Amino acid sequence: MPFGCDLGGERHVFSSLRALLASASPARSGDELAGITAASVTQRVAARWVLADLPLKVFLNEALIPYECDEVTRLIIDTHDEAAFAPISHLTVGGLRDWLLSEAADEAALATVARGITPEMAAAVSKLMRNQDLIAVSRKIRVVTSFRNTIGLAGRLSTRLQPNHPVDDPRAIAASVLDGLLHGVGDAVIGVNPATDSVPAATTLVRMLDELRERHAIPTQTCVLGHVTNTLTIIERGAPVDLVFQSVAGSEAANTGFGVDLAVLREAQAATLALGRGTVGSNVMYFETGQGSALSAGAHHGVDQQTMEARAYAVARAFNPLLVNTVVGFIGPEYLYDGKQIIRAGLEDHFCGKLLGLPMGADVCYTNHAEADQDDMDSLMTLLTVAGCNFLICVPGSDDVMLSYQSLSNHDALYLRSVMNLRPAPEFEAWLRNVGICAEDGTLLELAHGVSPFVRHLAENIS
Amino acid sequence: MPDEFWSRLRRITPARIALGRVGHALPLLEVLDFHLAHARARDAVHATLDPDALVPELSPMRVLQVESAAHDRATYLRRPDLGRRLSARSAAVLADTGGQCDVVFVIGDGLSATGVQARAARLVKACSSELGDLAIGPVVIAQQARVALGDIIGEQLRARALVMIIGERPGLSVHDSLGIYMTFAPRTGRSDAERNCVSNIHDAGGLSPQDAARTLGWLLREALRRQLSGVALKDDQLPLLPDRDRL
Repeated sequence: MPFGCDLGGERHVFSSLRALLASASPARSGDELAGITAASVTQRVAARWVLADLPLKVFLNEALIPYECDEVTRLIIDTHDEAAFAPISHLTVGGLRDWLLSEAADEAALATVARGITPEMAAAVSKLMRNQDLIAVSRKIRVVTSFRNTIGLAGRLSTRLQPNHPVDDPRAIAASVLDGLLHGVGDAVIGVNPATDSVPAATTLVRMLDELRERHAIPTQTCVLGHVTNTLTIIERGAPVDLVFQSVAGSEAANTGFGVDLAVLREAQAATLALGRGTVGSNVMYFETGQGSALSAGAHHGVDQQTMEARAYAVARAFNPLLVNTVVGFIGPEYLYDGKQIIRAGLEDHFCGKLLGLPMGADVCYTNHAEADQDDMDSLMTLLTVAGCNFLICVPGSDDVMLSYQSLSNHDALYLRSVMNLRPAPEFEAWLRNVGICAEDGTLLELAHGVSPFVRHLAENIS
Repeated sequence: MPDEFWSRLRRITPARIALGRVGHALPLLEVLDFHLAHARARDAVHATLDPDALVPELSPMRVLQVESAAHDRATYLRRPDLGRRLSARSAAVLADTGGQCDVVFVIGDGLSATGVQARAARLVKACSSELGDLAIGPVVIAQQARVALGDIIGEQLRARALVMIIGERPGLSVHDSLGIYMTFAPRTGRSDAERNCVSNIHDAGGLSPQDAARTLGWLLREALRRQLSGVALKDDQLPLLPDRDRL
């Protein structure tokens, strides 16, 4: 069905809902690569005028990727909650934007409608929102999850400690874990991306991290972020798995590119839940996503990358995850060209994830072939923290020596907690105080200042 | 914490640990060091491969030179689709090459021509000696190449398996790392899930060419035996760790 409008005497026509959304999307190198972006800046604005008047119900009647050939579409349609949708069912996309920003849309109201909003509605409304709108609405939404601690509470900012190493040397990984813990980092998860696909190597890391956590009674969870089928094998072999990780995308074909489908994710969730290792809660899934992954797999079906990203959140939402994060600048300049595009995408992803009810975090990052630098990351991490982001990823000195890209540093977490007066998860914060890493008021103690027995013990075991 | 303790820890990992702090920020020296590393990585991304210089290093192996449909670096960076296709000239070069073989090696510049220039030939030699009993086809040097370009080359050369050796995206600590991607029955349209990867092959605490070659040898023999590659083929060997001190 075509859509169109007259704007200043000029007629603009969009051949389909897909084309309308792609044209309305902010400039993005990935959409240019796909050949689906607006033909001109004016046409992009015209698409937004049309989108503003589009009833939300249209998205329930017109699938962007056909129901018959895509299990993600089937998941979205089959699990749509009519009752949750009722309060906003009369709105247009533009009307939804205004409602989201209104005082009527408070924390409770936003939680009520979350399961009534489809990824396509979330993506569409984000295209009508400025960066400040994305931040203002995200900030009102709270999604709290738990496993061995509680993540996403007001006044808190959690962090993933990412101690990667080029050849998965357990001793070197432990050294990076120590560095992170001493900066108060690691309450979201201590999560290693393994350098190899080796199941025995990953099993060694699972055991090492669990032993370290257990010995020092650290109230957090550990994860080795291998392929979900590897984690299933590791569970079968009896290793202590806290969380199961998987990268997911917004179409069945893109997930096939990752070597997964909904069935294997269900199997993994059941296997991990059966271990019963959570002490505070039972959110056991950890997902990563990122704009451009569907196009990269040739599985975007002509849909713009930001809408495809929001569809990935429908996959994540089906599994009550502990953590979800967009790896926003990781994919490279062919999808997000520069700092401006990465910042915008990071805010969109966080907003869409939160609106759909996900415990959304972010890997604020960039690669060395993108037109971005540390100043761009400073901006994005600050904006996301204002927006109430659940957690951010940190690596020592911003340098991931295995994946060869720059994420945030442990120091960045100190900066954010300090300038915005935020604390880690309460259980983790108490532990930091108990072992002498933090003072009573939450400030980090100098390492030289009375080294605690914990630090001495941990250090002696590594070196 | 005694300095001696931290310097010991820093010797066991290339990660930027124990940097100290000024307030909540990094000390200036660390900030400047970071900027320098970033600048070097940016330069490596934009470096150009000199394929002719690799030919004598690969001798006596037969070498073919091709390029992708991305005609320069700027195009390559923005158009991965072109980097996965052969230029018209290159398609003709490969069409003239007859014969069948077990394995074809492709050397692609990828995102670090610097790394490929320095160590790809050595890695090809290490791999080929590990696979001595197999029929190895010509070595193809491909410029402005993405990983999937290898599958097209392997298909054209009728290889049972394709090994792509490619410059990995430069990082701060290492800007000249190589990766190996192996595909059984290479052909246009293979997905990432159908390839096996051995990454982080470099001299700064990464995998040595010999260790990488041994891992590849195991994967490749399993691929040929089981007639598949990718996520269904698990690397079930014990992990390989270089025994020398790292950094």
